[in-house]
Amino acid sequence: MNNMIEARGVSKKYNITKSEAPYMSLREQILRLGKQQKKETFWALKDLSFNVKPGECLGIIGKNGAGKSTLLKILSRITPPTEGTISMRGRVASLLEVGTGFHPELNGKENIYLNGSVLGMKASEIKKRMEEIVDFSGVERFLETPLKHYSSGMQMRLAFAVAAHLDPEILLIDEVLAVGDTEFQKKCIGRMGQVSRSGRTVIFVSHDLGSLKSLCPTSILLKQGTLAFHGNTEDAIAQYMTNTVDEKSSLISQKNRKGNGSVIFTKIELLQGSKLIPSNSFISGDQLTIKLHYTVSSTSIKISDVHVGIQIHDFLGKFVTVFNNKTSGFNFSHLPKEGFFECTVDKLPITSGNYSVSAGLIINNILADQVSNISEFSVSPGDFFGTGFVKKEKREGVYIPHNWEIKSDNH
Amino acid sequence: MTPEYKITPKQNWFLKLKELGSYRELFYFFAWRDVKVRYKQTILGFLWAILQPIAMMLIFTIFFSGLLSVPTDGLPGPVFYFSGLLLWNFFSSGLSGATNSMINNSSIIKKVYFPRIVIPGSAIFANFFDFLMGIIAFLGLIAYYAVSGNGTEFLSWKIIPFYTLATLLCGMTTLGTGLFISALSVKYRDFRYIVPFMIQFLLFASPVIYPVSVLGGSVWEKLLALNPLTGVMALARAGFTGVALDPAIITISGISALLLLLLGIFTFSSTESYFADIA
Repeated sequence: MNNMIEARGVSKKYNITKSEAPYMSLREQILRLGKQQKKETFWALKDLSFNVKPGECLGIIGKNGAGKSTLLKILSRITPPTEGTISMRGRVASLLEVGTGFHPELNGKENIYLNGSVLGMKASEIKKRMEEIVDFSGVERFLETPLKHYSSGMQMRLAFAVAAHLDPEILLIDEVLAVGDTEFQKKCIGRMGQVSRSGRTVIFVSHDLGSLKSLCPTSILLKQGTLAFHGNTEDAIAQYMTNTVDEKSSLISQKNRKGNGSVIFTKIELLQGSKLIPSNSFISGDQLTIKLHYTVSSTSIKISDVHVGIQIHDFLGKFVTVFNNKTSGFNFSHLPKEGFFECTVDKLPITSGNYSVSAGLIINNILADQVSNISEFSVSPGDFFGTGFVKKEKREGVYIPHNWEIKSDNH
Repeated sequence: MTPEYKITPKQNWFLKLKELGSYRELFYFFAWRDVKVRYKQTILGFLWAILQPIAMMLIFTIFFSGLLSVPTDGLPGPVFYFSGLLLWNFFSSGLSGATNSMINNSSIIKKVYFPRIVIPGSAIFANFFDFLMGIIAFLGLIAYYAVSGNGTEFLSWKIIPFYTLATLLCGMTTLGTGLFISALSVKYRDFRYIVPFMIQFLLFASPVIYPVSVLGGSVWEKLLALNPLTGVMALARAGFTGVALDPAIITISGISALLLLLLGIFTFSSTESYFADIA
């Protein structure tokens, strides 16, 4: 079967003018007349080629500035590519923003028509789906009220409701799910899953790797405007994570450290699961592996005793727990010249929240190196106890395996 | 049939008429929005569309026809001014609407694709509603003269075809100028300040408050006809009995309006694909 989208050598160049604004006043133009203009060029996308099959749901991941939004803008024809061509087969709707075209003076119903029309729906289609849209939005009581009297949440719901009822052959979505309350987000993601399962071709840009993974089997990874990877979403995410973690994890340039420096930490890696996937987000009960790379920098030292510790703090800097080789009974008396400490926690006993990692190393009872806040990670609610009951904890802390019993006083 | 298209770096030099046809509904929705929003939270609402030209007509009648005795082609002052002002208002509000439309809708331009001409086009079309309301007032004025019986000799059925032609020419002029300036206004915001000044100047440079015949058939008259609004005003009053019409003026103005329309379309089409980058 034919490809729905075929992109060949797509590039996009932007000229960065030195003035603050991209538009110019006539005065500036006249003043510059005859003078060679200083122009810097910037390639937002460079030589991108890929195919999307009918019914495929393709994710696009990449750091800020990697070119995700530019690609989406070119695909939705908002801006043309500088080079290359894209062939599209089918009606395209793009959701780069929700509520595009909303007018505060018009009422809810009028805005549904306006927004729907801007997004490419026919008036007859909007009329037919009006009831569904209103139902989905949950604002039926305020349909005759001007939009300016809506709360921002209500506006968002109305906007999503219209967007959710688009019915194109190709749907392009940017980061729009990042807003709204959790329950409504779930509703939207559910609806998007429905859309992609119904045979539509979907391209989805998101930072929310969780929903990306659940929606898109394949993904494209963009790196500085070029295509770094195209394939299985899990692999794409793994590569994306390695990329981001790699850049942050080097500890060599870390200035804020204590100790005599006979052995120093060079790098920290946080790895998730038994496949050791580099990550900064975990789930309570996950396998967490921390690798602390080090170099012995002093040649004269004879190592007889190694004492290494990793501290976990919550985001306010309060101590949560520590992994210490001596207290847990792992004694080391020698150290290769270069290598890494590997600390494995089979089931992460930490509640949902954000944490930071610090590490310290004592060699022969003398502090060799100590570095604080060298890595951060987040924990999502998970089934630590393996009971199937998951609860989101409101504070950072630890789970401790324990027992419960109820006994009667009457005996 | 599923639409199939290619995205390329190429620019257009003319409108894609077939595609434009499929965005007809969006065009109406934008125009409908503009009309609906314009008189929101006003007590008189749509009546303003009628009151504005009536007020202007009264002012002109008192000052120009009354105090300064500017000739009115032998027509009663109110009829002369009202016939011209309706079309003049259509042009001036259409032009300023089109100029501001691109900047006012820049958030939509950056987020959704559609042929950009829909934006200034619908902004102009929204003013057509005010024009129609004005026509109703104009009919009322004519009915007043017909019923009261003080001077009905200037009335003729020829008004209808001539006024229709004048409206068409005025629409062409407004669209041409509007497209040209709205395309430029995306890049050069100066036009927001130039246009109001230009409109004021044009009111005096066009035979709205004075008759075309004031120049008496000289070369100046032909030169004035380069301004398509000269032809518009000549046509608007040509249907009245006793008003002479110089075919040369209509020809010059007609060609001038056509060239202006082509210039507007070319300028707009060749720059529209980059609007999202600079808006």
